[in-house]
Amino acid sequence: MSTLVLDSASRWFGNVVAVNDVSLSIGPGVTGLLGPNGAGKTTLMAMMSGFLAPSAGHVTLDGKPVWRNTETYRQIGLVPERELSFGYLTGRQFVRANADLHRLPDAAAATERILEVVDMVEPAGRRLDTYSKGMRQRVKIAAALVHDPAVLLLDEPFNGVDPRQRMHLMDLLRRLGDEGRTVLFSSHILEEVERLARHIEVVVSGRHAASGDFGAIRRLMTDRPVRYAIQSSDDRALAAALMAEESVRAVSLRTDGLDVQVGDLGSFAVSLPGLARQHDVTLYELSPSDESLESVFAYLVAR
Amino acid sequence: MNAGMMNGTIAKLALQALLGRRRFYLLLAFPTLLVGLVALVTALVDGDAAFSVLPNLGYPLVLPLVAILAASSVLGPEVDDGSIVYLLSKPVNRYGVAFSKWLVALAATLVTGALPIFVAGLVTGHTTRSTALLVAAAVAGTAYSALFVAISAVTRHAVIASLMFVLIWEGLLGNLFTGVAWLSIGQWGLRVGHEVSDYLPDVVDLPYAVVASLLVTVVAVWFAGDRLRSFSLRGED
Repeated sequence: MSTLVLDSASRWFGNVVAVNDVSLSIGPGVTGLLGPNGAGKTTLMAMMSGFLAPSAGHVTLDGKPVWRNTETYRQIGLVPERELSFGYLTGRQFVRANADLHRLPDAAAATERILEVVDMVEPAGRRLDTYSKGMRQRVKIAAALVHDPAVLLLDEPFNGVDPRQRMHLMDLLRRLGDEGRTVLFSSHILEEVERLARHIEVVVSGRHAASGDFGAIRRLMTDRPVRYAIQSSDDRALAAALMAEESVRAVSLRTDGLDVQVGDLGSFAVSLPGLARQHDVTLYELSPSDESLESVFAYLVAR
Repeated sequence: MNAGMMNGTIAKLALQALLGRRRFYLLLAFPTLLVGLVALVTALVDGDAAFSVLPNLGYPLVLPLVAILAASSVLGPEVDDGSIVYLLSKPVNRYGVAFSKWLVALAATLVTGALPIFVAGLVTGHTTRSTALLVAAAVAGTAYSALFVAISAVTRHAVIASLMFVLIWEGLLGNLFTGVAWLSIGQWGLRVGHEVSDYLPDVVDLPYAVVASLLVTVVAVWFAGDRLRSFSLRGED
């Protein structure tokens, strides 16, 4: 059981502040580090894994600083976002090299055991440069887990991984969290984080924007007013019907459709199709006009 | 710095990095061309012309070039693309990582730099002079490879920086100002080789040449290790 603590940690590069006074504590279980691209997730990850000195504040693992502390890697398994450039090695050779670097007493057995955990026994004899993105990701995780670390840090582990592989990876991480390991992964996709993490830390523009149970954060995000653009077979009839809905705050007619402002995202999404059918209106297009994650985060920060 | 610093896994990976990249063929091409050129000149020209290729081209150019290629192959690409985090996110001594990588670069420099110079020398029939150059090349190759490994740990432009040291500092300025010899790895090697044959110049003192070579080697490897201890990942964001 290990706890990773950031205490007023900041990091700047010249005039650019990448991480601004972040304090958080990450304990056993799966935690998601959520934020839009460019929010400072990678910088945070680098500081937490000892690959970047905080410009101010402290980053510690079980009370000991991680920067320039080689011994800390006995407890940490790191899955960087970087691509593997060891294309000339086979998956097995790569994982084995990691086991050897940890000087594990039975490196060969540990290698086979962990290849099995990530379900990569069969392709392990092939060179890394023949692997799909998902396979490389699993080999990276195997390499990070081979020494049975208490803490696993993963930077954008699902980037570019196809949905089936993603499910598999999520199951694996969930299992690791249930075993009492401290698992932290970063992502810019809300649904990803929501499906996997019980606990979420949100960073926006280098600042710690929110922290807590995913339900609470989801509520913060769904309760905010959202605007939709709708096109249908009868915009005026639909507008009238929508106005009666409790979740709808405002409707305005445009020449080629409707603008709808919604207070409660959840109930609006559920009721819209039924409403349209009931009034015999066909929906052609429904698009959120400010649904980008950035705007969700901007809302969170503005609160 | 001692043999205990050696990390077999790191050395093995460094060797695979060296052999697994296209740059390796370049590393073979230089010595092959050198030996070929000397053999050709030996066959066509009488006198000292063939051997003089070695102190004028082989030693001052081919040797440092292969040292640059070797040093930048074992460390450069991993530092450039950040994939060295896979090695460094382990409880391994950073000085050991630098030391092991340097050993591989040194071995490559000796095999593809010093040895071919010696072989080419033997082709011309000058055994003693060739042995002297071999000694000189071994000494200089040791310091060169350490220095270039250190440069690879610091900058993405390691090859350029190393080339400038060899071509501009040791080559151009070294020829213009004799004082540069005191800060020239090539000259230190030659001075040690001078003990074997008077054919090689003795611009600097022997004890100075020995101590300076050792010092540069030890400090450079230590410095590379220290830089690896502070290796930072810059986020793309």
